[in-house]
Amino acid sequence: MTMSAAAHLTDDQVETLGAELDAIRDEVLASRGERDARYIHSVIRAQRGLEVGGRAILMFAKFPPAWIAGTAALSVAKILENMELGHNILHGQWDWMRDPKIHSTTWEWDHADPAEFWKRSHNFEHHTFTNIRGKDRDLGYTVFRITPEEEWRPKHLIQPLTNVGLALIFEYGIALYDIEQDKIASGEKSWEEAKPQIKTTLKKIGKQAAKDYVLFPLLSGPNVVANLAANFTANVVRNVWSHAVIFCGHFPDGTETFEEERLEGETRGQWYVRQMLGSANLTGSKTMHLMTGNLSHQIEHHLFPDLPSNRYAEIAPRVREICERYGLPYNAGPLPTQYAKVWRKIIRLAFPGGHERYGAAVQRPKARVTALTRRRTPARLAA
Amino acid sequence: MSMATGFRGNLWQAGRHARSLARTLAAPLLPDDVLGGLHPLWSRRAPQARVVRVVRETADTTTLFLRPGLAYAAHLPGQYAGIGLRIDGVWHWRTYSITSRPGASLLQVTVTAVPGGLVSGKLAHDTPVGSLVGIAAPEGEFTAPTGKPLFVTAGSGITPVMAMLRSHDLSDAVLVHVERTPEDVVFGHELRALPGVRVIEWHTSARGRPTPEMLDELVPDRPAREVLACGPAGLLDALTEAWPDVRVERFQPKRADHTAGTGGTVTLSASGIVADVAPETPILTAGEAAGALMPSGCRMGICHTCVGKLTAGAVRDMQTGELHDAADQPGRPVRTCVSAPTGDCTINL
Repeated sequence: MTMSAAAHLTDDQVETLGAELDAIRDEVLASRGERDARYIHSVIRAQRGLEVGGRAILMFAKFPPAWIAGTAALSVAKILENMELGHNILHGQWDWMRDPKIHSTTWEWDHADPAEFWKRSHNFEHHTFTNIRGKDRDLGYTVFRITPEEEWRPKHLIQPLTNVGLALIFEYGIALYDIEQDKIASGEKSWEEAKPQIKTTLKKIGKQAAKDYVLFPLLSGPNVVANLAANFTANVVRNVWSHAVIFCGHFPDGTETFEEERLEGETRGQWYVRQMLGSANLTGSKTMHLMTGNLSHQIEHHLFPDLPSNRYAEIAPRVREICERYGLPYNAGPLPTQYAKVWRKIIRLAFPGGHERYGAAVQRPKARVTALTRRRTPARLAA
Repeated sequence: MSMATGFRGNLWQAGRHARSLARTLAAPLLPDDVLGGLHPLWSRRAPQARVVRVVRETADTTTLFLRPGLAYAAHLPGQYAGIGLRIDGVWHWRTYSITSRPGASLLQVTVTAVPGGLVSGKLAHDTPVGSLVGIAAPEGEFTAPTGKPLFVTAGSGITPVMAMLRSHDLSDAVLVHVERTPEDVVFGHELRALPGVRVIEWHTSARGRPTPEMLDELVPDRPAREVLACGPAGLLDALTEAWPDVRVERFQPKRADHTAGTGGTVTLSASGIVADVAPETPILTAGEAAGALMPSGCRMGICHTCVGKLTAGAVRDMQTGELHDAADQPGRPVRTCVSAPTGDCTINL
């Protein structure tokens, strides 16, 4: 049984840490300005350019080089649209610009899931209850056994296969998940409640399909089949990529999960600690960060979900320094390594057990809190 | 005839299909987003205008000549339009009277830099030819008179009247314009040369401020005239009291009292619930306590589930300390979980 990586911190230290993170947040909020606005506008321009360019090239999709170039451009465009634009704009990261075209309340994304449903499940449920077992549905997405604390059932045996399938159709999986298919099945959510939501989602899926699989292919005339295949490929590439990035956010080894009782009276500092311990970063180049929608800075994103994404890379060294100073892990690694760990966990937990390697860390017992307070100040803090 | 109707009907049908096709192709964007991306002046939903000429009127007043985009609706003389500027990445909107006559190829707005004014200062002194500004559809009830007019204007209050004077369909008009000195009069040369308008300048440096009685002496047939007035609140208040029929245009809406501390009465316009909110209390908490069904999520300013539109009054964002005033940006979305009212306000929830 392992102890939580934060077990050594006193209440006071947790609050000091919270205050330090608040200070970083305040600093970024105060300095948001023209530079940031230019950044998001330039990403939007690049994304639209790639999309229009890709679709134009795909009018000649029968010609193999055109197929490859067009599909690549469209795939990148779709990835940028979902990750750096959609996800972050829908978080309200750019609401401060007061631009009605780049605003969390008006943005709609190139995704099967209508933005309104995604905002609720993601911004509220996942970001508030991050890694709370039984509360954060993103912990296994109601399908996977991603913590050994979840009781094993025979259905979990196929979860490695399920994961391959999910990666391919990720956007539809998310749409289904946001309709809360699990709650409908269990009767917790009534059909009356679910019906209008299902209708809205089907309408969105229909629109997406009409564009990608009917209109653009037909417009390309004799290239119809190759064009359709290109659209399909671009959607699958986007799905596989975003699935990989998103699964690396909270599932790699070392990310902690928490019991629901932790939420009772959780302070701002404790909330920050939970976000840090529950998230994992990806290391890589600038392009890599852009293509992940800066979710490669998952830790920074979870500490400050509504700061502009271009700022995460800038504050990351300071967050890392804080982690080191307080003796907390800062979980980061390259995508292949982190993704392999996620896969290993999904495969291992398809079978019963798994507590030895993946068992949840024990949080500091409540009774000992007062006894420890103000005794174990790390040397650097005391100095 | 039936053939013509049929042809028009087909054309209309074809147009509808074309629009629907364009919508599907552009999804999840709108065709307008694509047009606006190609050229900023082509957007109809986020219309912009290009500054093509800048004329300095007085030391602190500048006229901007604007070429609006495709979508711009014609204005009536006396109406105003919202002008938007992106300053440090943030869009700021203010309304300005349109001073050009309807039908002129360029739209004119005349801006006086208010001391300490973020937007007016930038527009008056720092908006070069070639700049793009946001522009909203013209609005306003203060439009040309139907009868024999008397205009009473002071300072920049001349601006809405200027469009009326320039549209040349006035007869036997009188303009009393109040200004500190002859040099400070915006459009001075043009006003003094206007045909068919008797212009009376009243310079406060020499004569002090005019009262309604003094104006009555100056224009004895005032009761037979339709009076339109625009200027500072003090002048308009005095005129409204003395002459009940006067039509006035106010530049300064009654603003929330920013210094009176926080707290106030919040009207939730969608539900009709009114909540008294104690100082430093989030609107969300108070609204719920008053029985309103408020959207809410994280309750800590993160998830934006609780956002409502601020249609009147002002609130303070308790996280950033920023003041959001509906007078600056009507309908601004505010996060009710971290916003406290400063005075009375209305939120569309």
